[in-house]
Amino acid sequence: MIGEVFTWLNDPGHWKDTRFDTGIATQLTAHVRFCAFALLVALIIALPLGLVIGHTGRGRWLIAAANTLRALPTVGVLVLLTVVIAPHFYGRTDTGYLIPTEIVLIVLAIPSILSNTFAGVENVDPAVRDAAEGMGMTGKQVLLKVELPCSLPLIFSGFRSATLQVIATATIASYLPLGGLGRFIYDGLAQQDFPQMIGGGVLVAGLALVADLLLYLVQRYTVSRGLTGRFSKKRIPDARLASVTQAEVAAV
Amino acid sequence: MIRFESVSKRYPDGTVAVDELDFVAPSGQITVLVGPSGCGKTTSLRMINRMIEPTAGRILIDDQDVTKVDAAQLRRGIGYVIQHAGLFPHRTIIDNVASVPYLLGTDKKQARARAMELIERVGLDPRFAKRYPSQLSGGQQQRVGVARALAADPPVMLMDEPFSAVDPVVRDQLQEEFLRLQSDLGKTIVFVTHDIDEAIKLGDQVAVLRVGGHLAQLATPAELLSRPVDEFVAGFVGRDRGYRALTFTTVGELAVHDEQTVTLGAPVPSGADLDNWILVVDAANVPQGWLNLVELSRDDTTVSADLLYRGGTLATQGGSLREALDACLSSPSGRGVVVDSDETLLGSITAAEVLALIEKRRPAAASVTGSGSERR
Repeated sequence: MIGEVFTWLNDPGHWKDTRFDTGIATQLTAHVRFCAFALLVALIIALPLGLVIGHTGRGRWLIAAANTLRALPTVGVLVLLTVVIAPHFYGRTDTGYLIPTEIVLIVLAIPSILSNTFAGVENVDPAVRDAAEGMGMTGKQVLLKVELPCSLPLIFSGFRSATLQVIATATIASYLPLGGLGRFIYDGLAQQDFPQMIGGGVLVAGLALVADLLLYLVQRYTVSRGLTGRFSKKRIPDARLASVTQAEVAAV
Repeated sequence: MIRFESVSKRYPDGTVAVDELDFVAPSGQITVLVGPSGCGKTTSLRMINRMIEPTAGRILIDDQDVTKVDAAQLRRGIGYVIQHAGLFPHRTIIDNVASVPYLLGTDKKQARARAMELIERVGLDPRFAKRYPSQLSGGQQQRVGVARALAADPPVMLMDEPFSAVDPVVRDQLQEEFLRLQSDLGKTIVFVTHDIDEAIKLGDQVAVLRVGGHLAQLATPAELLSRPVDEFVAGFVGRDRGYRALTFTTVGELAVHDEQTVTLGAPVPSGADLDNWILVVDAANVPQGWLNLVELSRDDTTVSADLLYRGGTLATQGGSLREALDACLSSPSGRGVVVDSDETLLGSITAAEVLALIEKRRPAAASVTGSGSERR
């Protein structure tokens, strides 16, 4: 079976579009496009909201509310939204299916970004915040120069887990007549073409890993080393202690 | 000069943190606010830079009402040091120190040059500049906290228990260096602590607050120790206040006796005229410790370092009576060792002689306590 999956993936014919089939390359691009759009919108909504709630401490109920969104059954919501939205669009357009799909993915991504951003800001050491205000930073400066950079590790972890979820869940776009890597999974299942089905799954997993790796690299170069603890462990001896030791040696 | 004019802080639930507080923190001096927890000392401090707004009364810095100035602008002109330093974990030490100059729009190169100067001034190795706060010990972080507060050269500094989270040895070191720094800089400092010893050591004047935010007494450390105004202050100042008050009493020259000495590494002396204890000095005549001639075994023929009793403290000529008395009490021979300012031996003095000096000073003690009161 593994060999067959490998063969399916390696067949150049499967990667290119033909008159009857859409190839892997095109479906991969479509998949990435769904995900990127949903993640971008979720980030634009959740990041500022999380920062403001964390900074002011007001509107915490929104965090709890957003977390209850995680309980929604994705496919159920997708079907419901499609039934409501799709009839408003006529003709040769995907929009009627695209909108429900993106809404579902955005709703899926928001809770982890929002709650991690909030937790990141909230977890900033109160002494650090006090010092920042006490030295004369305005509220906005405290947020942007101290709270945001200090909460970046948590924000990144929230965004990375949202990314994984969205990439995996975006396969349901193919439950509707849309493309994406889910196409191979649904088609493979329908045709009992299991190498194709599993191949689709492998492609989704691969995409998720690559995306996570890219985000890891971005994180590595944006988060301060002072927070991650990635610095040389070489200790500088305290100058005064050193002089004391020398004096002791001299005395002996 | 910082002036409190009947300043009160009442919370909506009715708790009174600070009640009608009136006092003046004179320019160039350290005013210590001390009291048990819940006495409103931190609240009072934080009202100066408007981290907390008073509900009644006024606080003036050099005759300018603080509530009439934009809070952020006000704070940039006031150094602020807190208990756990509160360094920015994402910034290097040099950028932490340069924080306020950055806020004030000083150009980066200039701000960093100034920060570098301060890092060295507070006694840190310049190699720390590129490190992050998590790589530093608590004491080192606190030094950075002080450097950061000094970076924009503010005339006023507020310090909220800055040394209470470090171990006693480091605390002592930080306190000494803080006093040395202050003697150079002459800032107007308001310092909050719950530790009366720290208050007495650091304060030019000490304000003792009682629970509910009332000022119990404002006085110089010497006056506080010798004349606490009431039971509360007396209790807070503590039991050994008579002894500790000697810290502030100096006598001119101590009349010392010559002390027989032996040099480290020399043969063990013998002779009928010797006392049981003999003082050991090094080649530069700096006292090293006492040698007990009775306890020595036959094998001990030279005076070596491991035979010494090092328990005795040293009194400095011209120092306080507390130092002199402590030298006597801690010396195993009962003779207190008196040294010159360069630590070379002058001679010894007995506890009885120090007590005689204390007895002699008693009438004059009133003049010491009468001076320096800033109470209004």
